[in-house]
Amino acid sequence: MVRGRSITSDAARMMLPLLAVCAVAGFQHTLASAHTQEIAAAVSTEDAAAVGAPTTSLFTPGKLPLAVAIIVTSGCIIAWMLQARAGASMYLRRIPALDAVTNAVGRSTEMGRPVLFIAGIQDMDNIQTVAGITVLSHVAKTTAEYDATIEVPTSRSLVMEAAREAVRGSYQAAGRFDAYNADAIRYITDEQFGFVASVSGQMVREKPAACFYMGCFFAESLILAETGNSIGAIQIAGTAESSQLPFFVAACDYTLIGEEFMAASAYLSGAPDQIGSLKGQDAAKVIVATLILLGVVLATIAALNLPQSEAVSRVFESLKGALGS
Amino acid sequence: MMRIVALAIASVAGLVMLLSPFFPAMESVGAQSSEIFNVIAAIAFILGAGSLVKVNLSRVGRRDTGWGYAFVTLLCFAITLIVGLGKIGVPPNPQFAATPWAGEKDAAGSAFAWIYEFILTPITSTMFALLAFYVASAAFRAFRAKNREAMLLLGTAFIVLLGRTFAGVWLTGGFPEWASGLRLENLSMFIMQVFNTAGNRAIIIGIALGVTATSLRILLGIDRSWMGAGGGSA
Repeated sequence: MVRGRSITSDAARMMLPLLAVCAVAGFQHTLASAHTQEIAAAVSTEDAAAVGAPTTSLFTPGKLPLAVAIIVTSGCIIAWMLQARAGASMYLRRIPALDAVTNAVGRSTEMGRPVLFIAGIQDMDNIQTVAGITVLSHVAKTTAEYDATIEVPTSRSLVMEAAREAVRGSYQAAGRFDAYNADAIRYITDEQFGFVASVSGQMVREKPAACFYMGCFFAESLILAETGNSIGAIQIAGTAESSQLPFFVAACDYTLIGEEFMAASAYLSGAPDQIGSLKGQDAAKVIVATLILLGVVLATIAALNLPQSEAVSRVFESLKGALGS
Repeated sequence: MMRIVALAIASVAGLVMLLSPFFPAMESVGAQSSEIFNVIAAIAFILGAGSLVKVNLSRVGRRDTGWGYAFVTLLCFAITLIVGLGKIGVPPNPQFAATPWAGEKDAAGSAFAWIYEFILTPITSTMFALLAFYVASAAFRAFRAKNREAMLLLGTAFIVLLGRTFAGVWLTGGFPEWASGLRLENLSMFIMQVFNTAGNRAIIIGIALGVTATSLRILLGIDRSWMGAGGGSA
């Protein structure tokens, strides 16, 4: 129940930038902030206003554009999933960061050192943590197959439990349940810098050969990545926090940027319907790009002071209105 | 069987949460789900604390590498727990003066508040301050002009960094009005507002779509690796 809640609420939140982009000029103040937290806060405020307002209607007023955007995007993804399931061939570009997972785990085995996996510092109500746990299950399966050890320090108790479930399942699937060690997946502290201090100390003492940072990170990202760099570990990071991406790019060997991180589990599984969902995501991206281009053209014509500008301006305003901005 | 139950709970609750913002009748259900999450998180905290104690005790017992740190962790955990639960030094609550332990555990003057203010805050601030040095070392590596892209990055970083300091304003302050766009502070603003914002928006759109796809895969039970299916799918 908890996990389901996190996924959907975050999905609803994350659709806001999609709408904002469709409206192009109408939601400038929202898009000016690149930080997803601010966008989530904006959505929460809007939600709170909607909750506070007395209403008797069946459908929450003003939410129609968001509902349409979710339906269209989900429709694209489901349609491609069904196509993939029916046997349609799907091309997926290589993602070097994910191809390097096996090499990183192999290196750990050869060096006799552990693999360190950190699923961010947020709880299970954050979609990035859920995505991190899905990647963890694939990494753990590889460590089980290669007979490497995996260490998973967590900053939330619930994440620790979820990570234990994922790793246990992976070791079982690999037929190496005897090698599963629940104590390797442990809770440290909820305190951001307390967690960083503990993990950094562990890195310096145990010198893991491979470090994975997959989840939601804030200021601690660079401390972790630089410490990993200083001990010579091969480092693979993935996050949807755009403000932390530059730090990971600078300090890690491979970085999964935003959507690549969300696609990691599907990519690693190689299952046709999961690959299909990635194609559906691309189809939705084409729709967004088309709407952006349409908005740009209309806004430009409206601003050019041509004889047709007034009519175009009206169309543009209607489009913005229809998209809820 | 347990996996199917877990999957069903996740899917139903997820759909309820997805629909609750759109239907006023379902808003209370959504709010209740959030409360349930808090309750589960609180229960899980007991498991977390248990894990912390178990792992560190065994490390001390085995005299593992860094067992001294494990001992300090256990000591601090015990002290904070006793101070917090025992409400040591907590001033009485004026509203319930006759009732012992009615004051807030972190009220001003309490031992818990003292630990927080004079031990935890300075330690965490110290860790945060280390970030400055890490930024410097990461920037040193990132800005090495080893190829064309790195040179472009270096040049852009140079303009942005200089444009945000007084030196940048001073260096190009003499540019005439018609060339004011070339002043470093204006160039810096242009890079941040146009190139940086455009790149960030592209990443955010990708993330939004990625979140939707990930959510659907999990809600529909296609990706079950999050609950320990060994990286498998439906």
